[in-house]
Amino acid sequence: MPGVEGFMYPNEISLYWSVLIVLYPFITGLVAGAFILASLERVFRVEAVRPTYRLALLTALAFLLVAPLPLQLHLGHPERSLEMYMTPHRTSAMAMFGFVYLWYLMAVLTVEIWLDYRADIVALSNSTTGWRRWLYRILTLGSQNVSERALHIDERVGWLITLIGIPSAFLLHGYVGFIFGSIKANPWWSSPLMPVVFIFSAMVSGIAAVMLLYMVLMRLRRQPIDMSCVDTIAQYLLYIFIIDFSLEMLDLIHRIYEADESFRSLDFMVHTRLWLSQVVLQICIGTLTPILLLFLVQVTKLSVPVRKRIYVVSGSLALIGIFAMRWNVVIGGQLFSKSFLGYTTYKMALATREGLLVSIALTILPLVILWVLVKLLPPWPEKRHAPLPAALAAD
Amino acid sequence: MKLFKDAGHLFRLAGVFLLGTLSFLAIRAFVVPHSFGQYGHYRGAAIAEIAAHPVHFAGHQTCETCHSDIAQTKSAGKHAQVNCEACHGPLAKHADDPSIDPGKPDVAVLCVRCHSASAARPKDFPQVDADQHSGGIPCTTCHQPHNPVIAAGGAK
Ligand code: HEC
Ligand code: HEC
Ligand code: HEC
Ligand code: HEC
Repeated sequence: MPGVEGFMYPNEISLYWSVLIVLYPFITGLVAGAFILASLERVFRVEAVRPTYRLALLTALAFLLVAPLPLQLHLGHPERSLEMYMTPHRTSAMAMFGFVYLWYLMAVLTVEIWLDYRADIVALSNSTTGWRRWLYRILTLGSQNVSERALHIDERVGWLITLIGIPSAFLLHGYVGFIFGSIKANPWWSSPLMPVVFIFSAMVSGIAAVMLLYMVLMRLRRQPIDMSCVDTIAQYLLYIFIIDFSLEMLDLIHRIYEADESFRSLDFMVHTRLWLSQVVLQICIGTLTPILLLFLVQVTKLSVPVRKRIYVVSGSLALIGIFAMRWNVVIGGQLFSKSFLGYTTYKMALATREGLLVSIALTILPLVILWVLVKLLPPWPEKRHAPLPAALAAD
Repeated sequence: MKLFKDAGHLFRLAGVFLLGTLSFLAIRAFVVPHSFGQYGHYRGAAIAEIAAHPVHFAGHQTCETCHSDIAQTKSAGKHAQVNCEACHGPLAKHADDPSIDPGKPDVAVLCVRCHSASAARPKDFPQVDADQHSGGIPCTTCHQPHNPVIAAGGAK
């Protein structure tokens, strides 16, 4: 049989979880990561990264809106796939999706954005005309109250929601990791470390994405990049990256040392079918190179243009590396037979429902949504109408 | 009531949430099938639907009522525990109406499905490398399918 090597059970020959299921954890990871970045700024009062606070929130929202689309496309059945929101239940991890998603989208992210932007929305609803005026009016929910006290209340409630939001973001992505980690029939996935690794890799990708988006958007707006902000984010990126890499290595070493019955088979797979995507792309190019580059910035004194280039390169490599990691988890976990005696191949389709073109479109879509959001709700500090939340303005 | 006034927008937000929750419940009531949860966490009506599927397999007891000769041959040989329909395929239609000719199994693919040598099979299961063992001659030239061991009188 083409693409199949050794002994494969019949139901393992073709992969059911396609590139769309690779995209799903990648996108939710960006959501969780961007949100955690924003929350850390707010809760730990890091003045330097203020310029990206709102951008990070909008990024999280843009990607969160797209996050379930890969699942829906994968499920097919447009008349039924919506039921994953409407019929959540507690009996299976997958069916929890509705709870996790709606909770995070509705109770956390939109409320936090709304509270933070409320003064701006009120101001915009008075200064704009036409359909935008109506849109902002609806967004004010009919309340024009931006008195000092009202804003103070918003600020307190917003802080509380951020506090709830951090564990929620961990939940959102830890949940995705749990889905894989809890599949005990699959030794490539089944590991209690999986949710933790997913969370840290999500933070890496989210922070890298916000950093890149910030630099690109400032460039498009022909505004100077706030270097102290980007330097601080890059520092975070490095630290989180090191934790993420250590966890992944811990998982690897644990597997090698334990060398259970699946080990020879998985080891062979990593050396053959996953060599390029795991060892070369994920570990060497997507993890070690950016860590080294970011480390270099920390220990040497480099000029601003050089630092910018390094940040762009390491941020992009980090995103590639995290995408490769999702790929290796999702696709890798389906390439070997549960008999440990055979391997199959994944051939990505091009223009089908789960093909390459669709996944490219799904990657671009959040950026389009983000563009619209940035137009509607400008995230730039100098356009801010509301006084800064005390947490950010503190020092 | 100053607090109430300044937190008014939050009450409006709560109202939006309430509305959202209500529409969630309404849509849910509409999309969740009526018989859902009747017996457990699944659609109760599914049981009747599945029961209404036509039966494809008759079961070896049914075959044996008419083909008692073969049942006897088979029960004496190594294939005693292999079900008739494991080789002949689902034949409920033929069992209901014997004038429907079930045809004969294609020996070229049938025997090797279970007996071709493979590392995945238990070691003590009889396996042969078909090319070496028979060199392309149909297995039934030498083996009787219902009592395959040649030495046991299963030769044809
Ligand atoms: C109601 C009685 C009856 C039942 C039950 C029955 N058969 Fe038959 N079967 C017959 C008759 C009659 C023939 C035709 C006899 C003949 O041509 O020698 C036949 C013929 C066959 C043939 C030979 C076809 C051929 O081309 O020579 C096969 C194979 C067969 N049956 C298999 C089965 C299997 C397997 C079952 C159980 C699922 C089964 N039968 C159940 C009555 C029955
Ligand atoms: C190991 C597989 C196998 C099993 C189990 C098996 N058969 Fe067969 N049967 C065959 C094959 C192969 C043929 C065709 C032989 C040929 O082409 O000469 C056949 C032929 C027949 C025939 C046609 C008459 C004949 O003897 O050639 C009947 C009737 C039949 N089987 C009934 C049964 C019944 C009833 C059972 C269950 C008690 C059964 N078979 C179990 C493989 C099997
Ligand atoms: C559905 C699976 C299946 C099919 C199809 C099948 N067999 Fe078997 N065969 C068995 C099983 C099970 C045994 C018993 C093995 C045991 O006793 O350990 C067996 C035993 C045998 C043996 C005895 C081996 C020994 O010496 O212990 C022979 C010979 C044999 N089969 C030949 C055939 C031939 C020829 C065919 C094709 C007509 C065939 N088998 C089709 C399952 C199958
Ligand atoms: C040329 C005659 C011949 C042909 C054709 C033939 N066999 Fe055999 N087969 C034998 C003999 C002889 C034995 C050993 C003694 C016995 O079964 O009594 C044997 C033994 C077996 C055994 C038992 C092996 C063991 O290790 O216990 C299996 C299984 C078997 N044959 C399957 C097949 C299958 C499947 C085919 C068709 C691909 C086939 N045979 C074709 C002659 C043949």
